[in-house]
Amino acid sequence: MMFRKPPEAAAGLITAYVQGRPVQVNAGESAAAAAMLAGLVATRYSPVSGAPRAPYCMMGICFECLMVIDGIASRQACLVPVQEGMRIEPQDGRRSLAP
Amino acid sequence: MLIIGGGIVGASLAAGMAGRGAKVCVLDGGDTDLRAARANFGLVWVQSKGHDMPAYGRWTRQSADLWPDFSEELADRTGFDLQLSQKGGLSFCVGEEELEQKRSRIARLHNQREPWSADIHVLERAELEALLPGVRLGAKVAGASFCPQDGDCDPLALLRALHATLAFQNVALHRDTKAERIARENGVFRVGTAKGAFAAPRLILAAGHGSRELAPQVGLAAPIRAQRGQILVTERMQSFLPYTGDTIRQTGDGTVMIGATHEDVGFDLGTTADGGAELARHATEVFPDLAQAKLVRTWAGLRVLTPDGCPLYAESETHEGAALVTCHSGVTLAAAHARLLAPALLAGRLGEAFAPFGPARFGKGDDVSQAA
Repeated sequence: MMFRKPPEAAAGLITAYVQGRPVQVNAGESAAAAAMLAGLVATRYSPVSGAPRAPYCMMGICFECLMVIDGIASRQACLVPVQEGMRIEPQDGRRSLAP
Repeated sequence: MLIIGGGIVGASLAAGMAGRGAKVCVLDGGDTDLRAARANFGLVWVQSKGHDMPAYGRWTRQSADLWPDFSEELADRTGFDLQLSQKGGLSFCVGEEELEQKRSRIARLHNQREPWSADIHVLERAELEALLPGVRLGAKVAGASFCPQDGDCDPLALLRALHATLAFQNVALHRDTKAERIARENGVFRVGTAKGAFAAPRLILAAGHGSRELAPQVGLAAPIRAQRGQILVTERMQSFLPYTGDTIRQTGDGTVMIGATHEDVGFDLGTTADGGAELARHATEVFPDLAQAKLVRTWAGLRVLTPDGCPLYAESETHEGAALVTCHSGVTLAAAHARLLAPALLAGRLGEAFAPFGPARFGKGDDVSQAA
């Protein structure tokens, strides 16, 4: 999916949950966009230094936007199209072995 | 003393010799050489050694026992944390048959009545579960073998610490200076390189796969072959595996390393989908939750194997002052190489203690092609 048209408002709004809070986003937006729309500053905390990190490249290269999406850790939120009812959580350091 | 090879084996020997006052010079190859020192699993591994050569088991255990002090000395001197952890090592058995094979292997080791191996034992599945509370094991995991002296370290930190030690000891380490040919004139070895010739009255070959072609030039044979091991590396995860393992281990940073394939493909350092799939299958059979882990890297290294897999320490009969040191377990044996083998080589006589590791066991004309 190298090229795509920006999502249009006409495509309709859907509701996702960022840290449990509902946020209305255009269908076709990414989970990272939803997290930023929701005002989330840190989408993850570094597993090495604990430093807060946020989406940077928004095109799947930098891996800064790793989040827990619908219970699955380490997903690149900028590459995940948002879905109705999607649960988007920041990732705090290292992920755990058990889901 | 001129040492050809600046990997873990060569650098351990150089540090050990320089520490005893010898004037040492090390010639190291290029970055693209087949460097086992830069592609290995980082184990200090005792439990599987010496089944067919009791001396190798004893030697390995001796090195494992020296490791804590060796690591501390390197850290004190260079500031590098080698991340040595020796809490014991697990070799996971998937299926009852694997556990049975492991059991009989350990029984064979115990029949040697060597005190060093007495602690190695089999864990039934329930004992393994008790050792790893809160961790879900795969349905087919039958158990594991365990050796309390097994451990692991960061092998790249080990190599860097050794090189930093050499600098501290004023040992000249010539990088990108591949030894091309060796001649002896008037009792002095002259090693030709693209950067000129290096001369010394004594010479150690510790060039890994590179020793194969150099050894005959000083009247020695290095019957070694390459065996590829591919490794998978996951993202950093919360600590769940406090013990090391020969197929699955977790580094201090949380990375899970999964290894390794055993492939005879010559000097091919590539990785393959089949190899990766084999490793992933094993890892998820042992820890099903690893299926969710993201892989961040895969790479391959080439084991340096003698026909019997045991170390080869040989002094030349025709070219006095030249010796060959080669082994598969450069990390495990690093402590013993620096502390025990280096002084013996300096003394110029390996003697009875090292006789089991000599070339006589291979016989004349014994070569990789026949032994492999």
